[in-house]
Amino acid sequence: MKEFLIIALSVLVFVVIFQIAKASEYVSVLKGEEKTRKQNNKINAFFLLGFLIFGLIGAWYCNELYYGKTLFPQGSASVEGQEVDSMLLVTILITGVVFVITQILLFWFSFKYQEKDDRKAFYFPHNTKLELIWTTVPAIFLTVLVVFGLKFWFKITADAPKNSIVIEVTGHQFAWEFRYPGADKVLGKKNYKLTTAKNSLGVNFDDPASLDDIHVNTTMHIPVGIPVKMVIHSQDVIHNVGLPHFRLKMDAVPGIPTTQWFTPRITTAQMRDQIKNPDFNFEIACDQLCGASHYAMRGVIIVETMEEYKKWLAEQKSEYLTLFPEKAPKENATDSIGKQITQVLPVKK
Amino acid sequence: MSSAATLQHADVNDAHHEHHHHETFISKYVFSQDHKMIAKQFLVTGIIWAIIGGLFSVIFRFQLGYPDSTFPWLEDLLGHWAAGGKLKPEFYYALVTMHGTILVFFVLTAGLSGTFANFLIPLQVGARDMASPMLNMLSYWFFFLSSIIMFSSLFVQTGPASGGWTIYPPLSALGDASSGAKIGMDLWLVSMAMFIVSALLGGLNYITTILNMRTKGMSMTRLPLTIWSLFFTAVLGVLSFPVLLSGAILLLFDRNLGTSFFLSDIVIAGKILPNEGGSAILFQHLFWFLGHPEVYIILLPAMGMSSEIISVNSRKPIFGYMAMVGSVFAISILAFLVWAHHMFVTGLNPFLGSAFVLLTLLIAIPSAIKVFNWLTTLWRANIRFTPGMLFAIGFVSLFISGGLTGIFLGNSALDLHLHDTYFVVAHFHIVMGVASFFGMFAGVYHWFPKMFGRYLNNTLAFIHFWITIIGAYLIFWPMHYEGLAGMPRRYYDYSGWTSFNMFNGLNEFISLVAMIVFAAQLLFVFNFFYSMFRGRKVTETNPWGSNTLEWTTPIKPGHGNWPGEIPEVFRGPYDYAKDGKEFIPQNVPVGDDESKGH
Repeated sequence: MKEFLIIALSVLVFVVIFQIAKASEYVSVLKGEEKTRKQNNKINAFFLLGFLIFGLIGAWYCNELYYGKTLFPQGSASVEGQEVDSMLLVTILITGVVFVITQILLFWFSFKYQEKDDRKAFYFPHNTKLELIWTTVPAIFLTVLVVFGLKFWFKITADAPKNSIVIEVTGHQFAWEFRYPGADKVLGKKNYKLTTAKNSLGVNFDDPASLDDIHVNTTMHIPVGIPVKMVIHSQDVIHNVGLPHFRLKMDAVPGIPTTQWFTPRITTAQMRDQIKNPDFNFEIACDQLCGASHYAMRGVIIVETMEEYKKWLAEQKSEYLTLFPEKAPKENATDSIGKQITQVLPVKK
Repeated sequence: MSSAATLQHADVNDAHHEHHHHETFISKYVFSQDHKMIAKQFLVTGIIWAIIGGLFSVIFRFQLGYPDSTFPWLEDLLGHWAAGGKLKPEFYYALVTMHGTILVFFVLTAGLSGTFANFLIPLQVGARDMASPMLNMLSYWFFFLSSIIMFSSLFVQTGPASGGWTIYPPLSALGDASSGAKIGMDLWLVSMAMFIVSALLGGLNYITTILNMRTKGMSMTRLPLTIWSLFFTAVLGVLSFPVLLSGAILLLFDRNLGTSFFLSDIVIAGKILPNEGGSAILFQHLFWFLGHPEVYIILLPAMGMSSEIISVNSRKPIFGYMAMVGSVFAISILAFLVWAHHMFVTGLNPFLGSAFVLLTLLIAIPSAIKVFNWLTTLWRANIRFTPGMLFAIGFVSLFISGGLTGIFLGNSALDLHLHDTYFVVAHFHIVMGVASFFGMFAGVYHWFPKMFGRYLNNTLAFIHFWITIIGAYLIFWPMHYEGLAGMPRRYYDYSGWTSFNMFNGLNEFISLVAMIVFAAQLLFVFNFFYSMFRGRKVTETNPWGSNTLEWTTPIKPGHGNWPGEIPEVFRGPYDYAKDGKEFIPQNVPVGDDESKGH
């Protein structure tokens, strides 16, 4: 019923508009077409000026409404992201000035130079000096932006710092999985052909390095203040590790591992305090369309202090022991899991 | 040239007389070889596609604006795709994909270039018809075939393609990855292959006609800017569409013949695929080698038409004609050298990435020149706000707004944050979607009298313009903020996220405005078809007081365009306000005492 009413109302509005439009055509014939045309010209010129004024006010109002909802006020959660933020700011300033000036000129000229009986258009086909000026000035500003942009680009795409923690991130329809290298700091080899329902990442357990690797789903724990290097894989289609709070993203491509590193600047707990939201979490959003549940491919990053991180890591059981519990030496069952692992592991050279 | 022109004239003129007697409904309206009729066929098909594509966006905006509501009428309309009145994610993605495909290719490529290249090139260069009217007709009918295939893909059981208009494999290569990657995807690829054939037949014809069939005195530097931009558009299309064709064919092989061009190391639906050694990124290179020039294939005709319309209605020469031609040329060259800026986050070699940053931001320079030249054209003009002029001014405004955000996205460091967020959606919709639509509307309003011998209703046109420009900014301006907050595009529902659920009110607002703007477009469609038959009749051959040759033809030109000789050209197209005369058409000889123009 409601839909029917809306449709009926829309049709009515259409008919009314059309009748007015038709009537205005007849009126213009009666009044003289030239006179109507000039009248319309004035109205449209006035509207263009109004559009400029209300447009600029609207842009300011939009900023008032939504600036607080962007990620700027809370700042970047990564050290590297702070540089992205300041670059964004500089770019917004430069383009903002250009935007305001050119839009004002466009609509102001349109209003000011509207057709008048006593005005003649000025014959002004070209002027080399002017054209050179507005070729050079944009070129200078763009050079500045390119230089700063590339400086950061080469920094963030260079090798991760030596002290980085390495974590393997794997995307598949529609979830994230993480693998930590364990005590030997080396991730075991894997081969997608070894993938089974249980060994979901296709880890090669013949590789001794894989025996202490830890495998967790959905939630990635990282310590604050230390660079984290993600080695990113995909098992099926292209995904993207999108980290809006850290201002970074990187595709996960099947068959071609990619990497991305960043240094968390603030813990999850600190961020919760800062924005006064106890439910806040750093989220990993898949940023590359990957199928029907793309919108629900959510991961969580928990940034914690080094102590908390080490404690969490120590509590994790290695994937090898999870999959093959019978391999765990019985006599050590009462010991802490961390100790178990070191005893089971072959010594790494 | 002169003897060729006379010969051609004699030929076609005789043919013209004969045609008059034998023309049937089929040969005049269906399998027509008259460039003007083919242009109208492209335009009407484009309008139909635009309604479908626009409607799709309204439907998926319902989901984005009201993620918690159900709409029983959606189930009546879409059946099991909206069971219970709620769009299924799979179909949501199909709608998004088809919206993009339809508007990028079927409306803003075929509907825009197809219409105006066909209509304006022979009329403005002074030719009886295209170099090959037969190929021209085939160009439309391949487009029609492509349209039929794409349209039928909407009705297959597993649904149309749903991997985004960029159809990145493996999502588009594996039937197990999504239901849209089943038969719907094959139909998409076959349809696109037909489309590319159409684009190539058209493009070769446009280039040949512009280079070889100009009338006496029409040197390249006397061509109107519309023709220059349509020329470069055609060159871009002819050089880049074949690359997409190769990508589409390789993808068809991967899908159906077990090859591994784009596939490697894949486990999907519990199956370990044997494909090894392919590269999913290779496809992106092939796709964007077309995909980026495609953006300019869409934009350049709008630029050219806006330049022409701004000059005519400012009653003033376009400022810096040679700079305008030069900047279109520069944009066309650069268009081929920036494709990987769509791929900054694919793990691209950083050095390669840096080259693409530099080349991408270089495009801002010719773009800035064009903007400043348009502004200077308006300076000290005597402006008539015809509907065409309003849309041309709107085009410039949108081109500025959307162009500036390109400086953010072209800078790889910022793209790391903004890639695939609503910032991108806002950017390309403003600069390539809405701006090109404005160029197209400007063209339709300006040349409708030449096409049909009648005017569109002005009042409806003004309402259409004001709702559209205000609505376009209301829809896309706030999206920049969503993008700055990292809100990803192509999400069906944001309610499961703590990072992106603060924009619910805004999303609803955007959806509402989108519906109003869509309704205003229906007003245009109605105006178009009504005025075609019942509009006010054109009574003078040159209603806008324009210099270009199309206004030297009769009000309703027949096949062959000029009943007598093709006029000779003596001057450039922008001699407005020169020597105290309001305008001097191109076919008026240069007087002895005339001052030297450019």
